[in-house]
Amino acid sequence: MNYTPFYQSHLDSNGKVVDFGGWALPVNYGSQIKEHEQVRNDAGMFDVSHMVVTDVHGVEAKDFFRHLISNDVAKLDKFGIGKALYSGLLNREAGVIDDLIVYLMPFGYRLVTNAATEAKDMNWIKQVAVSFKVELFPRRDLAMLAVQGPNAIKRVIAAHPHMKDKLEQLKPFVAVEEGSYFYARTGYTGENGLEIMLPRTEANAFWSLLLEHGVAPCGLGARDTLRLEAGMNLYGHEMDEMITPLACGMDWVVDLSDENRDFIGKRAYQLAKISTDQYKQVGLVLQGKGVLRDGQKVYVDGAECGVVTSGTFSPSLKVSIAIARISAAIEVDAATVDIRGNHEAVKIISLPFVRNGKKMF
Amino acid sequence: MYSNDMKFVDTHEWVRLEADGIASVGITNHAQELLGDLVYVELPAVGASIATGDTIGVVESVKAASDLYSPIAGEVVEVNDAVVADPTLANTEPHAAGWLFKVKLADVAELDGLMSADKYKALIG
Repeated sequence: MNYTPFYQSHLDSNGKVVDFGGWALPVNYGSQIKEHEQVRNDAGMFDVSHMVVTDVHGVEAKDFFRHLISNDVAKLDKFGIGKALYSGLLNREAGVIDDLIVYLMPFGYRLVTNAATEAKDMNWIKQVAVSFKVELFPRRDLAMLAVQGPNAIKRVIAAHPHMKDKLEQLKPFVAVEEGSYFYARTGYTGENGLEIMLPRTEANAFWSLLLEHGVAPCGLGARDTLRLEAGMNLYGHEMDEMITPLACGMDWVVDLSDENRDFIGKRAYQLAKISTDQYKQVGLVLQGKGVLRDGQKVYVDGAECGVVTSGTFSPSLKVSIAIARISAAIEVDAATVDIRGNHEAVKIISLPFVRNGKKMF
Repeated sequence: MYSNDMKFVDTHEWVRLEADGIASVGITNHAQELLGDLVYVELPAVGASIATGDTIGVVESVKAASDLYSPIAGEVVEVNDAVVADPTLANTEPHAAGWLFKVKLADVAELDGLMSADKYKALIG
């Protein structure tokens, strides 16, 4: 079992710690629904130290990323240091190996990838890196904490008053470094907030400081319902190596604007784009009672046309919602989902369900 | 919490013979702790004949769906509408107001074969 630097804090906060893909992490600290509401209404914090941070140095770091990922890091240059880019890491067939965030740093780039895919990501990235003058530095010396909610930034400023000006001016999807702390205005909840990296030795003290300033501990359970309401992908659900960005709502992070840029998966992606057998990502809202779950089949006019990739009960909307992958030809908004043999009516919507505390459909 | 007037099965349902000779059935405190915040329950219909071990409904939390198994045989005579309307009752009072349905037992002696509170406590550690 792997333990994050916040492990003692989880125990002290009465976290219900489970084995999450080999990491000891809290699923909740009592009530998943209360933690969810805390993030929508005020501020909550999530230990995300299991995620993989890799710093990439070297004179060819930019060329390396322009080849490695589907989005184009060249566009970060005009924003400057700290700017973040969301992207897919594609294989040669344009299947999604992982999704990631990359930050432009003074030394090169900082890459954040998923924990569950760590081994295969790193194998792949190292293989590609062989052809470039780059050096990869894993940063397991860092802890990472997501502080999310409408009051998140205000509460972090109360805990770190020396950051007041810089955090108040921080734009979405930009990070700022101060001493050994890295504050990024990013997140996975659909709310305003920060993802903060800090020395792992300071993790428990920082946790206690934020607790004192009214930031509530939130577990993996709330993290999942929040991201689902926000219409955000989870690796292994919405996307995997058999799914192209077209079918999982990631088309916007494939950048074809520079014709001369050759990134891995480009050719296969361009072929997939002109295929007649296309899928698209949508949201589903269950009209009656029950709960949509991943793997359930979606039907339109009695014909199977897709599958639920993530489903849950939405604590904010008090109905069941789901993300689904359905045939791109579907234009109606009425469908059914097979729940244990019964066809239940659902409404098809455009994602997300919730953004900044507001219903979006 | 796990009182001696209740019987248990390893699928984490409980049964209690009430004064009127009808048995109440619910999910155990341990089950609700594992499931977390409950959001939906689907119960058997009143009048349904149920056999021991049958899948007779579903209990869903935010994070997971869990089948509901009949711990005992008989005829369903009442379902708890309050818990259908507010499934969190089975979180807050799993052994009391959060009961799920009531059964007219086919054979009262079947209760003797179920787990005692002590045995169930030993099972869940």
